Amino acid sequence: MAGTVFIGGAAGFAGDRTDAAGPLVETLATCDGPRFIMFEMLAERTLALAQLERRADPTRGYNRALDRLLTPILGRCREANIKIVGNFGAANPTAAGERIVALAHELGIAAPRVAVVEGDDIDGVLSVSELAARETDGTVLQRGKNIVSANLYLGAAPIAQALDQGADIVVSGRVVDSALALGPLMHAFKWRAGEWDRLAAGTMAGHLLECGAQVTGGYFADPGFKDVPGLADVGYPIAEVSSEGEVVVTKPRNTGGRVDRQTVIEQLLYEIHDPASYLVPDVVLDLTGVTVEDIGRDRVRVTGARGKPAPATFKATVCVDGGVLGEAEISYAGPNAARRAQLAAEVVAARMRKRVPGLVFRTDMIGAVSVLGTTGAVPRNAQSAAVDIRLRCAAEADTADEVETLLDEVEALYCAGPAGGAGVRRRITPRLISTSCLIERKYAKPRVTMLGGGA
Amino acid sequence: MMRTVFLHDIANARSGDKGNRLNIALVCRSPADYAAVAAQVTVERVAQAFSARRPSKVVRYDLPRLAAFNFVLDDVLEGGVNSSLGLDGHGKSLSFLLLEIQIEIESGGKTR
Repeated sequence: MAGTVFIGGAAGFAGDRTDAAGPLVETLATCDGPRFIMFEMLAERTLALAQLERRADPTRGYNRALDRLLTPILGRCREANIKIVGNFGAANPTAAGERIVALAHELGIAAPRVAVVEGDDIDGVLSVSELAARETDGTVLQRGKNIVSANLYLGAAPIAQALDQGADIVVSGRVVDSALALGPLMHAFKWRAGEWDRLAAGTMAGHLLECGAQVTGGYFADPGFKDVPGLADVGYPIAEVSSEGEVVVTKPRNTGGRVDRQTVIEQLLYEIHDPASYLVPDVVLDLTGVTVEDIGRDRVRVTGARGKPAPATFKATVCVDGGVLGEAEISYAGPNAARRAQLAAEVVAARMRKRVPGLVFRTDMIGAVSVLGTTGAVPRNAQSAAVDIRLRCAAEADTADEVETLLDEVEALYCAGPAGGAGVRRRITPRLISTSCLIERKYAKPRVTMLGGGA
Repeated sequence: MMRTVFLHDIANARSGDKGNRLNIALVCRSPADYAAVAAQVTVERVAQAFSARRPSKVVRYDLPRLAAFNFVLDDVLEGGVNSSLGLDGHGKSLSFLLLEIQIEIESGGKTR
């Protein structure tokens, strides 16, 4: 059995860097033991957007950057026997798998065995009313909007199964982010249900890797308080995991960033609710006994994850049509900018009260207070005379027509508003509303299909 | 001797969201400050800091081995990324609002 398994975390969201994997692959190629590289690329709404693409074109619906992600590393991974695991299949894992087979052929690389993991898509398996009865944090599904996507989060078992069947590359849609690491660990170490502490440790390793650079100095820098060297070239993480579930987090040589207790603890608790009870399909992870230690330059040991038996239900994310978000902005600069922007906001409000009295809209003063505007926060170093202010107005509605009036009124400030209004930008963005359901285990029916060289 | 510091001077924080629920991990840079933070950064104090967002519930989970806390605030994201009209529907910037809280610590304690 393997001594240490090495897993690189090459992506943390759908739009992550496509050049992050290169240094990971070069370092993994020098490691002695089973090596994997994982790509986590599905936030809550990503899959709904991919589903819309698939409806428009049945050959699409997977991550658009797939070619750019894999072209630089596919040959090297084949040579060094580094397995690739990614949820970049999004709404169409089969099409993504077929594209990878074709890409390898185009690049003159020996055909990889590509496994496709499906079974996450439950749109049509459960009706809207059945899903509504299982909604956990709201009543979105009772409002009768069109379902765009409904996917439950598969666990690590089908990924481990695909690797057991000899896959070089595993392509999935919706799986629990951390399963992209736990699957390879279950495969390499033959971990099985019942070994809760080990499954918990593997889930923890996946949680630390699943946001890419967020554990290696990304999303961390606060100049003068928390400095990060070489942030522009931040290295993405590697987890070294022992068969007993000891995890060491590090990063490739000659990359920027930092790996220490501080960066690791921040990511350990990222998007956690109860630290004693982090639920994934394979196990319930308890982080309360975890110890995080610096053991060398850019090397941190994380131990003490405890596991409890897997939950009876799977989480699902359901996305429905959410109408549109309309936004328009205009700038005021120089002396008295803030008061002119304030007057502009008052003009828009007065006009809207007459034209569309029912439309709720929001205004922000970008440059003075925008993000924290509704928290009641007062800036510590409040400047009474900002150099410039950008007034932003935003509203949502079922259709674009309903918010166009607001955008028109902001644009009309050009000639009819306060002095010096400049640089209007306006846009309308379709919205997707996501909600969560808890689905009984019997509806989770993962399928593993081998393509290409594995056929 | 006690002195007043912003949490920003002695701790790190990171936000995450799930729907209309926000979590903020608060991590002391020096474990020596853990007790002072535990005593003063109470659920009530955090609810007060976020009062304009009217949290329906605030829970604090303590992680003494990590010198850290996890705060979970319900219904503070203006509907969350689903329905907020704001620029930060995820609440990702709100960790820095928590770091605006001031506390008293022993003078001579590490601040960095």
